[in-house]
Amino acid sequence: MGVLVRRYRKAVPYLLLAPGILWLIVFYAYPAVQILIASFWSGTLETGFTFSLSNWTNYSDALDRYQDQFFRSIIYAGSATILTFLIAYPLAYVIAFRGGRFKNLLLFMVIAPFFTSFLLRTISWKIILGDTGILLGPLKDIGILDPSFRLLATPVAVISGITYAFLPFMTLPIYISLDKIDRRLIEAAQDLYAGPWRPGGTIAGAVFGGGLFAVLAYAFLWDYIPMIAAGVVGGSVLGTALLSQSFIRVTLPLSLPGVFAGSLLVMIPAMGDYVNATLLGNPSTNMIGNVIQSRFLTNNDYPTASALSFMLMAMILVAVTIYGRLLGTENLTTGRGI
Amino acid sequence: MTTPTISVPPVRKSSRGARFGRVIGSYGPFVYVFAAIAYLMLPVVIITLFSFNDPVGKSNLAWRGFTLKYWLDPFGVPGLGNAVVISLEIAFLSTIIATTLGTLISLALVRHRFRGRGPTDAIIFLPMATPEIVMGASLLTMFVAIARPPFFPLNTLTILIAHIMFNISFVVVTVRARLAGLDQNLEEAAMDLGANEWITFWRITFPLILPGIMAAGLLAFSLSIDDFVITNFTAGRTVTFPMFIWGSARIGVPVQVNVIGTSIFLIGIAFVIISLILQRRRQAS
Repeated sequence: MGVLVRRYRKAVPYLLLAPGILWLIVFYAYPAVQILIASFWSGTLETGFTFSLSNWTNYSDALDRYQDQFFRSIIYAGSATILTFLIAYPLAYVIAFRGGRFKNLLLFMVIAPFFTSFLLRTISWKIILGDTGILLGPLKDIGILDPSFRLLATPVAVISGITYAFLPFMTLPIYISLDKIDRRLIEAAQDLYAGPWRPGGTIAGAVFGGGLFAVLAYAFLWDYIPMIAAGVVGGSVLGTALLSQSFIRVTLPLSLPGVFAGSLLVMIPAMGDYVNATLLGNPSTNMIGNVIQSRFLTNNDYPTASALSFMLMAMILVAVTIYGRLLGTENLTTGRGI
Repeated sequence: MTTPTISVPPVRKSSRGARFGRVIGSYGPFVYVFAAIAYLMLPVVIITLFSFNDPVGKSNLAWRGFTLKYWLDPFGVPGLGNAVVISLEIAFLSTIIATTLGTLISLALVRHRFRGRGPTDAIIFLPMATPEIVMGASLLTMFVAIARPPFFPLNTLTILIAHIMFNISFVVVTVRARLAGLDQNLEEAAMDLGANEWITFWRITFPLILPGIMAAGLLAFSLSIDDFVITNFTAGRTVTFPMFIWGSARIGVPVQVNVIGTSIFLIGIAFVIISLILQRRRQAS
């Protein structure tokens, strides 16, 4: 009897785990193996597929045909990640350090858009960014923009759509890591004569502002020289005013785990996204997600699509590893750091 | 012994520039936060506004005038009501099943020692780190591979399987956080007073982690009802609410879709506010 009870005790955790973990093995892990197998298939849906290792050419063919889309996915997802960081960091910072008793309300408003449909929100950007919409219409009427200027069907629309869609994913983890910082550390830094960060803040601001406006000028077809000059001036003023030594030496390093988690939460879905590119872009802005979706669901080209999916997954794993090494926060992938 | 001298700067009347700087310093951050929140909410405002639009033709992308007629007839488009019902069914079932499975896993992870914790953690973390498109594509490939020919029927059941799969991890993360913050002494006290494990769980542990379970359920429900990408791959011919929007996006989304989108937003917000009020009351009493 005692033996039985002891055996039962030992079995308890496994009994608790079994149904859920089994579900994940059968419907997450096994399909992942299956898609690797399918990437070595040849044949069509009608005739049936056959597996052969010699079909590794699926990979080289797919890469050959869709390298543009792959490249575009990296660029778009990367730009969107940087933009969400630039918007989210000050937002999370002000809520965490100055939010006071409105902290929770402000945070709630950051995630409130998630209560409406993701697709409907993306479609409403079509209304906002439309050729005569609420943004471009007035600017065209007063003659700032050329009547033929458009945002829809351009990379700008796709990148800003992705940026908008995943902004809360960046804001929340940064907020959590900032909120956890012991304020006494910052006070201690100030007591130890941490003052304005000069000339570092000026230089960092100038470089960042210049770079950002160069990209904007490229996207909106503005003149480079005046735009970059404006970016450098604006950036250096902001950098001088906002970046202090205590921020650079204490707050920023302590918030890096949140930045890391947020970047992954934005980068991973952005790399595979096809909704923004479909609704806000045109065929020349197609990302790898568009190719995978249409190869699977329209063309029934399972071997190519599987090879592309597997490469996407592998690329993300490699990127996560490199990025983790760079930030020196490897154990964050397990979520322990936040 | 010399006393350290501290040089005190002469007090100056603050210049106009310094005063301006201080005003910017105290209001600037909040202006920024409100601008950012306005940016986040803008699409929600547009969705709501265009649920009152009276468009000419099928495209609901330009403002043509105010009408209430679509709010009075929210299911007036063929297929829309059905799609909403299917979405609700899937969301309810996947929430109940995933919340149960995920809570059991969290109990094992926080309250028990066992071998194989590393792989268990990994298989819970990985679905959250995998792009949805890869998970959807993998499931589709598996369904095709295990039943061909005839083609494995993709329907409500395959969508449900997929939604339970991606919801489990989110439930585990949420419930686990609540469990980990729980004082284990309470459970031990109950056991010392003669309660067996079963009674201890239902009388002590469960009521204490219930808020965590509710939060996990709410999260699972909202993830499921709004899921498009994985559903796109596992739906076959089944049309959920997001699939309906996607299907109609090319020719023009009916105004009724905005009506339903706005309603879902309002119901979600109401849910959160009510649960917050209940929580406050429970804490007060």
